[in-house]
Amino acid sequence: MITMAILLVAMALAALWTVTANLYLRATIALALTSVILTVIMFRLGAPTAAVFELSVCAGLISVIFISVISLTHRLTLQEFLSRRQNRFARFRYLPPLLIAAALAMYFARQPLGVSLPWRETVTDARSVMWDLRRFDLFGQVMVLLAGVFGVVTLFRGAKNRDGR
Amino acid sequence: MGVEPATWFWLFLTFAALVMISGLYCFLVTFNLLRMLIGLEIIIKGVTLLIIAAGFLSGQLALAQAIVITVIVIEVVIMVVAAGLIINFHDLFDSLNVKNTRSLKG
Repeated sequence: MITMAILLVAMALAALWTVTANLYLRATIALALTSVILTVIMFRLGAPTAAVFELSVCAGLISVIFISVISLTHRLTLQEFLSRRQNRFARFRYLPPLLIAAALAMYFARQPLGVSLPWRETVTDARSVMWDLRRFDLFGQVMVLLAGVFGVVTLFRGAKNRDGR
Repeated sequence: MGVEPATWFWLFLTFAALVMISGLYCFLVTFNLLRMLIGLEIIIKGVTLLIIAAGFLSGQLALAQAIVITVIVIEVVIMVVAAGLIINFHDLFDSLNVKNTRSLKG
């Protein structure tokens, strides 16, 4: 319980660092850290398949995508950097009180919620659920992936044509 | 693990809500496309945590894992397409600020 609570606090702090980070590269690193902590939580809850996906795709691939986008956009000037640093605290000043208020609201709503969840130990294989129970969903996933590939090809071809390359 | 399911549920729900609020706040207060995408990513992290916690507490962890894998696949497609859009936006307006889109056609 204590370890899980520490992990959850660490994840919330990493998420907070991600949204308040001054530079995008730091935000990307914080996002990867959030994904890594979520991976550890998944492993501890007994979900290794999803954890491996989370680690490889979210902490790896998405970080690479973000870094690629950052490298393709222009560098900040010193004036932009200083103004952004000044504005950051002004922009995010309501976030800590909002989070504290939300945490308190959740604490006081704990009893009225009266949640009683089933506590069953029905262990089934994730692969069998994936390939047998949700076979049709896999078809949808493949279609979404193909749509994504088609979108990326179209978008990057448009950017190339505009540059005249 | 020796703790009541309701306590576990409350713990996971609280922290997932905090993570999602952080992402939503980031999404709402910024005008920068890249930061909006980061906010969206943080919201999805909170949702993923909640799905896995629900699967763990209801004993349907295999189903939860399958759903999380679907979420991750769709998340990647969203991120890749959004990255392409952001690069195009930057090429057109030389900025990532959405306030600069006032000169859009139509």
